[in-house]
Amino acid sequence: MSVTVDRELVSFCAEVGATGPVAVRGAGTRFEVGGPLAPETRVVAAPAGIREYRPEEMTVTVLAGTPVAELHAALSAAGQRSALAERGGTVGGALALGEDDLRVLARGKVRNSVLQLRYVSADGVLVKVGAPTVKNVSGFDVGRLMVGALGTLGLLAEAVLRTRPTPAVARWWCGEGIDPCAVRDLARSASVVLFDGTTTTLQLEGHEVDVDADLVALGRLGAFRACEGPPPLPPHRWSLRPSELLRLDGHATGSYVASIGVGTVFADRPQARREPPAAVRAVAARLKAEFDPSGRLSPGRDLLAAH
Amino acid sequence: MRAKDRRGARHPQLASDPVVHDLEALLGDRVRVDGAERSLLSRDASVFSGGRAGPVCFPLSTEEVQGIVKIAARHRRNVVARGAGTGLAGAAIPLGAPIVVVTTRMNRIRSVEIEDRLAWVEPGVINLDLSKQLRPLGFHYAPDPSSQQACTIGGNISTNSGGPHCLAYGVTSEHILCLEVVGADGEVMVLGGLDAEPAGLDLRGAFVGGEGMLGIVTAAAVRITANPPAVRTLLLGFSTPREAAATVSAVIAAGIVPAAMEVMDREITRAVENFVHAGYPLDAGAVLLAEVDGTEQGSAIDAEVIARIGKEHGATSIRTAEDAEARDRLWKGRKTAFGAIAQIAPAYYLHDTVVPRAALASVLEQVYAIAERFGLLVVNVFHAGDGNLHPLLLFDPDEAGVLERVHGAAAEIVRASLAAGGALSGEHGIGIEKQEFMSEMFGPDDLDHQARLRRGFDPWCRLNPGKVLPSAHSCADLSELARAGEGIWA
Ligand SMILES: Cc1cc2nc3c(=O)[nH]c(=O)nc-3n(C[C@H](O)[C@H](O)[C@H](O)COP(=O)(O)OP(=O)(O)OC[C@H]3O[C@@H](n4cnc5c(N)ncnc54)[C@H](O)[C@@H]3O)c2cc1C
Ligand SMILES: Cc1cc2nc3c(=O)[nH]c(=O)nc-3n(C[C@H](O)[C@H](O)[C@H](O)COP(=O)(O)OP(=O)(O)OC[C@H]3O[C@@H](n4cnc5c(N)ncnc54)[C@H](O)[C@@H]3O)c2cc1C
Repeated sequence: MSVTVDRELVSFCAEVGATGPVAVRGAGTRFEVGGPLAPETRVVAAPAGIREYRPEEMTVTVLAGTPVAELHAALSAAGQRSALAERGGTVGGALALGEDDLRVLARGKVRNSVLQLRYVSADGVLVKVGAPTVKNVSGFDVGRLMVGALGTLGLLAEAVLRTRPTPAVARWWCGEGIDPCAVRDLARSASVVLFDGTTTTLQLEGHEVDVDADLVALGRLGAFRACEGPPPLPPHRWSLRPSELLRLDGHATGSYVASIGVGTVFADRPQARREPPAAVRAVAARLKAEFDPSGRLSPGRDLLAAH
Repeated sequence: MRAKDRRGARHPQLASDPVVHDLEALLGDRVRVDGAERSLLSRDASVFSGGRAGPVCFPLSTEEVQGIVKIAARHRRNVVARGAGTGLAGAAIPLGAPIVVVTTRMNRIRSVEIEDRLAWVEPGVINLDLSKQLRPLGFHYAPDPSSQQACTIGGNISTNSGGPHCLAYGVTSEHILCLEVVGADGEVMVLGGLDAEPAGLDLRGAFVGGEGMLGIVTAAAVRITANPPAVRTLLLGFSTPREAAATVSAVIAAGIVPAAMEVMDREITRAVENFVHAGYPLDAGAVLLAEVDGTEQGSAIDAEVIARIGKEHGATSIRTAEDAEARDRLWKGRKTAFGAIAQIAPAYYLHDTVVPRAALASVLEQVYAIAERFGLLVVNVFHAGDGNLHPLLLFDPDEAGVLERVHGAAAEIVRASLAAGGALSGEHGIGIEKQEFMSEMFGPDDLDHQARLRRGFDPWCRLNPGKVLPSAHSCADLSELARAGEGIWA
């Protein structure tokens, strides 16, 4: 067994302890998601720092309290990046939230980028799940449960993440009166195609020749101009099927920006609560009882609350 | 309808088992109790034995699977789901005469929804059939295990299968949006969703790779992938596997993630060439099959870089497949490699471990040394891009005591891979093959948490008990399972 438990992880374990309600605060950029913590909850911080970066393996081992920006600065030195969104938060916060970057088509889903996790369990023990290799099917995939669980099943201490090469070229374009679905179908190198009801905004990434070729092809759909980046995104995050975007109801969302081909919509108003059916809730409740029998981890957080 | 075998003879003892009576009421003659059927289904494609099947069911619908699990719950019997039985870790081997649920007849593609880039399929759909059906629409199903002509989507989901093209496109889990499963209590559940970020815990993600222990898949919404406009396939010859492995690492380090990077050593390359006549170099110590896709121009750039890196690492020959036909022949060689082994030996044990790419060459050298120490011939064909080794230990099953040597060598290969910072399995899973090795990769607390996940889905220890988790962490008593059903189901 190659479990090298070190001082930082041990002291994080000790800090979490085995009793009393506890939660982790990262940078606090999305701390309100899921609703307020129970008032008596002790709030702790996860350790920070990059442990080991192996560009030739496309993997990085990073402590959960590390700012995503710091991680990306280290990766960019070797021409790589991760799937995590860089919006001022920490790695642990991004994993606990599990929300994908805007450019998910090129960067991949956050949950698919997690290779191994170490977390502190409800009984204050350090647990390892997954493997540091890019491929692994050794046992049940507990790590999948932790991503997006808002710290309700375990408090994240360290992650091994998959990294990806950063393409040579990345450019933003926008234009009005252009069918965004046609853009999505045509532009293979699009990392994101956004539509707010009027303007289509997209980012093309890849080899310069491919980006140029896509742009020429897109010219058939309408006139595009270079732009700085995505438009400002309304605060609430909706999750829809990609095909539902064709029938988006502006009354329900208020002003919106929709991610074409993905199904995420940034809207002025929150999405209605998405309640899974009883049989699914029963499994989720059993899992919560298994991983946190006393309910001490991030009490008060409701995974189904609107973002 | 009564418990009969194929020739119509009654099995009075088996028919007296009340669970058979109830299953027959549900499924009619799609319940089999005859010895031939049960002994066929007591194994999978691995070298492991010791299975004992109880009644074998061939459901046609979700409702029938649900009915079977409810009957099992009522009679306190275990249930093992089974697809094509091509698994290599013994995961589908029934322990303790459970009800075996074969999902191969649930093989409809329910719908293809282009706008959402997905297809709803039943679990018995054969992997390759799905891609064939999608081809006229310009799409395919990306995970392509070498067994894709035979294995089922349900089996792929439950083992989180990989394949050559998973290097760039990701393994099965990345391609499963949503699952309809029958849970251990017989309730039908939909895990995951078709929307961008389904709410709640990622039960879909936790389920994939569950080796039949978390529920029975009755339908899946799988992601379909647009066929790339251009594909380039390179075949590079090297004098040693070490140089091929070093090339693989260097390609990744250069910032290219090819669609696939597969390595074959000398012995297997020769066997394959005899089999498919695809133009594999017979004098090479190892070959690297690398494929890049994308646009015409972009893939040309990547192919050039790979060729240059290959040359720098001592490639003795570099060939690009001239056309689709030449490419298909090369891939046919890779994908029928296991079949080609028959020319060398009557039987093989196909192993599966993962190591960091940088350790590929050194672990490979250890693999050859281990095989030699155990007096076995080993050949290697593997997903080099992922660091996923597939040593094949060749043997003659008629040779006395040979299996002990095979298992001895296999154990040492596992340990060498773990020592190099690797994992027990990259795609075949744990099953019964590597169950007891789990404690060498994970500590007791880690295994305890895996057991918690299992209990969350199946607190009754009803689905495929006795697999994956080592005995100390299993809900099942393995020796009791070995005895169960000894009477009438023997
Ligand atoms: C306006 C705005 C919009 C954003 N939109 C997106 C987006 O669309 N997609 C996206 O990915 N990011 C988005 N972000 C970035 C977001 O900040 C990150 O995902 C992020 O990394 C959160 O990290 P944090 O440290 O700020 O988390 P915090 O706000 O500190 O915590 C968020 C949640 O995670 C829990 N948590 C934090 N650390 C841990 C840990 N180690 N273990 C267990 N639980 C933990 C907290 O208890 C809390 O429930 C947005 C940020 C802002 C300000
Ligand atoms: C020559 C050869 C080459 C191979 N190459 C590869 C490869 O490249 N990559 C790879 O990943 N694997 C490979 N395999 C292994 C095997 O083909 C895969 O594991 C495959 O996914 C198994 O599918 P199956 O339908 O045969 O499942 P089975 O062997 O029947 O079952 C496997 C597991 O899945 C469970 N299961 C099956 N159906 C269901 C269902 N509907 N619901 C719930 N659980 C279910 C079973 O209980 C069992 O635990 C290879 C095997 C062979 C013989």
